[in-house]
Amino acid sequence: MAAVSVTSKEQYNFDVVRQFSVMSLVWGVVGMLAGVYIAAELAWPLLNFDIPYITFGRLRPVHTSGVIFGFGGSALFATSYYVVQRTCQTRLISDALAKFTFWGWQAVIVLAAISYMLGHTQAREYAEMEWPIDILIEVVWLAYMAVFIGTIMRRKQPHIYVANWFYLAFILATALLHTFNNLAVPVSLFSMKSYSLFSGAQDAMVEWWYGHNAVGFFLTAAFLGMMYYFVPKQAGRPIYSYRLSIIHFWALSFLYMWVGTHHLHWTAIPDWTSTLAATFSIMLLLPSWGGMINGIMTLSGARDKLRTDPILRFMAVALSFYGMSTFEGPMMALKSVNALSHYTDWTIAHVHSGALGWVAMITFGSMYHMIPKLWDTKLYSQRLVYWHFWLATIGILLYIIAMWISGITQGLMWRTFDDFGNLKYSFAETVAAVRPFYIMRVIGGLFFFSGMLIMVYNIFRTIRQGAREAVELEAKFAAKLAKAGA
Amino acid sequence: MIEWLSNLANAKSLGLVIFFVTFVGILLWVYGSKKRGQELESFKNIPFLDDEPEAKEHKP
Repeated sequence: MAAVSVTSKEQYNFDVVRQFSVMSLVWGVVGMLAGVYIAAELAWPLLNFDIPYITFGRLRPVHTSGVIFGFGGSALFATSYYVVQRTCQTRLISDALAKFTFWGWQAVIVLAAISYMLGHTQAREYAEMEWPIDILIEVVWLAYMAVFIGTIMRRKQPHIYVANWFYLAFILATALLHTFNNLAVPVSLFSMKSYSLFSGAQDAMVEWWYGHNAVGFFLTAAFLGMMYYFVPKQAGRPIYSYRLSIIHFWALSFLYMWVGTHHLHWTAIPDWTSTLAATFSIMLLLPSWGGMINGIMTLSGARDKLRTDPILRFMAVALSFYGMSTFEGPMMALKSVNALSHYTDWTIAHVHSGALGWVAMITFGSMYHMIPKLWDTKLYSQRLVYWHFWLATIGILLYIIAMWISGITQGLMWRTFDDFGNLKYSFAETVAAVRPFYIMRVIGGLFFFSGMLIMVYNIFRTIRQGAREAVELEAKFAAKLAKAGA
Repeated sequence: MIEWLSNLANAKSLGLVIFFVTFVGILLWVYGSKKRGQELESFKNIPFLDDEPEAKEHKP
């Protein structure tokens, strides 16, 4: 291991990291606002206002793409560029290419949101973008891959730190998934409409091979990269076991690719694929919990800090939710459990315990750690971080408890028969039964969204403070130089 | 040989054996040698190698 002394921040390209960080927060606000609004539409359908552009079906992908690719994606670009530079102790290989990835990725999110609202979709979950946007994603992603791999190749540190392995797996897997899931034939060169190369059950299996691996590599592996760098940094102590992190990485990479078909239990797919997916899903619990234990044990050595440091609390809660949702996921992949949970709001609860509890919380913690360093200042307010932490935590709990109750209620009502063997409840009756929990979900979402707004204000003030301090420092330096010259 | 491999039942089993053996190999490589273990554990300090002085205090 080579210890290379780093004396100047100029040796790194932090401009692109700053840009992605800011846009991550912007997309966080947009995506979460869309989420709260569509949750309200489900509770009060009047909010559709008979305007097609803002109906649930069109706004829902704006929400999912906004938070996954806008908020999460931008945060991953930002942190991966930050971590790869700092752990390889070298500058990004190309500033121009990095800048291209920033503008390209923002264009993707904007175009996707507009096209969804106009009604263009290829109806593939988490990959609704039509073919012209898919091609743009492909180009941007290859540029990202070139920047990341190129930077690793010119590292000054001989060993590649494990966080970079996770980021690299995420970049490679996403390239593979995006390419094959979006193989489609456009109706014409000037039409947004296209048809998938696959059909029927095969198409569904490709879609969920993509869909679950997007969860596995985009929403899990990449954020684990974040965890393996920012948790030790914030805790002020190295990761509990480096060897465990290696096993965590390889086991996760081997197992994730096989589990997508558990989204298609009890459908027209071959039964053995369903069993295979369930089996691998259960096995996946081991590496997931190995990684969670590694993170928690790192934090347990900084228990005193946990009491006083709200950023560390974000990370602790994130790891707890990671553990919980990676237990819940394999359980829901069991065919018998899935028979009850599938197509119900239980799935929505599971997704959000992972997306809000794990992905968003680890991102908040990492951003609170990284952004002050990027602007070379301190965080504007620790108290606001506490406020954000509690609003987010309460919001998640309200959300997932509401959806758990709603989901199990739906599942049980849908499978209840009367004495004559007919379904006991009509669909409308099940909708009426879960409505109170839809309202509870809106309240939970509002809590979480309020926390996000507080973060944006806190970061805005932090950035302004950093810019002001930089100007003052420059003025002081210029005065000193003038004095020395005289 | 290609005929044997193109049979899905054989390919699945072979795939399982290859993945399992590779994973066991990684396990043995990581935990099999004390010296290598110490070297691997030393890499955990990489994030702290380019630390800058944390002069600025947080505002309460």
